Amino acid sequence: MAEYNRMELMICLAARYLEDGSTVVVGTGAPCAAAMLAQRTVAPNIMILFEAGGIGPLLPSMPISVGDSRTFYRAFAASTMSEIMSTCQRGMVDYTFLGGAQIDMYGNINSTLIGEDYDRPRVRFPGSGGANDLASFCWRIMMITPQNRMRFTNKIDFITSPGYLTGRGAREKAGLPADCGPHKIITDLVVMGFEEESKRMQVESIHPGITREDIIENTDFELLWAPEIENSAPPTDEELEILRRDVDPLRYIIGRA
Amino acid sequence: MSRFGPDYSVHGDQEVAYRKVGHRRLFTDPDADSAREHFRSKSRKLVSKVTTAKKAVSRLLKDGDYLAVGGFGSNRIPTALLHEIVRQGKNNLGFSGHTATHDLQILAGGKCINRCDIAYVIGLEARGLSPISRKAFEEGEIEATEWTNAALAWRYKAASMGISFIPTRNMFGTDTLKYSAAVQLPCPYTGKNYIALPALYPDLAIIHVHRCDVYGNAQIDGITISDLELARAAKRLIISTERLVPESTIRQRPESTGIPFYLVDAVIEIPYGAYPANMAYEYFSDEEHLGRWLEVERDEEQFRSFLQKNIYDVDNHWEYITLNGGLERMQQLRAEELVYRQKMTEHNPGRG
Repeated sequence: MAEYNRMELMICLAARYLEDGSTVVVGTGAPCAAAMLAQRTVAPNIMILFEAGGIGPLLPSMPISVGDSRTFYRAFAASTMSEIMSTCQRGMVDYTFLGGAQIDMYGNINSTLIGEDYDRPRVRFPGSGGANDLASFCWRIMMITPQNRMRFTNKIDFITSPGYLTGRGAREKAGLPADCGPHKIITDLVVMGFEEESKRMQVESIHPGITREDIIENTDFELLWAPEIENSAPPTDEELEILRRDVDPLRYIIGRA
Repeated sequence: MSRFGPDYSVHGDQEVAYRKVGHRRLFTDPDADSAREHFRSKSRKLVSKVTTAKKAVSRLLKDGDYLAVGGFGSNRIPTALLHEIVRQGKNNLGFSGHTATHDLQILAGGKCINRCDIAYVIGLEARGLSPISRKAFEEGEIEATEWTNAALAWRYKAASMGISFIPTRNMFGTDTLKYSAAVQLPCPYTGKNYIALPALYPDLAIIHVHRCDVYGNAQIDGITISDLELARAAKRLIISTERLVPESTIRQRPESTGIPFYLVDAVIEIPYGAYPANMAYEYFSDEEHLGRWLEVERDEEQFRSFLQKNIYDVDNHWEYITLNGGLERMQQLRAEELVYRQKMTEHNPGRG
């Protein structure tokens, strides 16, 4: 079996969750790589959208901005922010990927600040961008991220983008559209979903060479464990070849591991 | 049910109660009637509006105004106009942070801004965070109110429609909402809750386009992001254009005229006017130069001399470009923008 790094593993696992014939809004980096890999493997007809307006480009390479000219290179349409976000709000976008500095057990994400005082944050991050909108509207929200105690914590300083908020039914009660929310969290240790009753993060599959202790040690909250936990299937030779040759030949993303 | 089908109209006269859910400051007046008063007196005359960056910025932007920038941070931003704003020392500006990356970096560097509606600031996407912009927010030099990219896009949209708010379903349940200035209200038809986003009427918008005639009829190629709404929302509008074209060129493709002349107050022809940002179909972003910005920002003194050299001590955008590789560099960036378009056909592309 081929050697691979943790970024390649995360991207390959994420790609497999994307259904053919669906729609996905992606950002730059690993999510874009996952969607491009899916197009060349499990989901040849998944359509990629970018929040600045690109619809269905034939991506020639990794964009460096979600609004750069590659995001609408030979696209079906070069549209607008309002068009993409309205498409999400209307319920026509199946997947999105989000990132953040902190995530809690309900999948709520912080990409705004660290600290207690909003006016004097210890660390200021960019803020929502389109993340809050995508987290509010897309049917299934995914995340690709390294796992550690700092990031996976319930002591989240700011909820930028909604996960399941405080549990089952909380999104709907708060006013968000029904039946959408966090779907899979793909880390360098595990793949997690959300337990149906509590909507808390739950380990579903463990990556090769990782122990339960590793996972517990790198999570600041109590995780749930699925009744049957699988072993994450490592990247196949074919996936790795496509990822390295066609998706990210300059190793912008996979070189970061 | 009438004999022609169901009746969805509201029955009864329930009081509709709205609730203030965002507790930060609303920086701009959302009132559609004060906007109408302004637009009533805005000129619709078909006259040449061609001028210089210097004159336009000095005439159309005053200290304390609220500014919004077109494009998308490192793509199709009006860099030349942004530099001019810094050069003229405009200050105490309000600012719309609808994915504002290199644009905010320039204005924060010039200490032009003191309040900001934030959707996405200080980060340059995959390139990293801007230390200077970050510091301005961490040290409280810029007062902030949180929003999202869709929220700002739709706030422009409301203003472009000439209304004072627009109902949406984002931001619920989050601190982003709590630190916004939004109000929640039930839909009068369904009773379901909506966020009432206040219309955003900026005092001035600056937008860079591919082509424009002397009157201000402007055409953008590729994604327009939120610029068509912004152009209509703004009380005043400066267009910088890669090329000034004859009216007949505009009339050949009227469907491409996203910004008609009556929205526009000033037109300036500035080739490579978005440099070092990406201008679709023209030139790619100068990643080396953007990297240099981020690098020099780490040292305050170094950054000041960088600004001195690249902004304060130059007279116009072409001088700035000359300092950074001149025409030769522009040709490289043009090649970079156009070459992958050819390379692409050799690979097996994704299906879109």
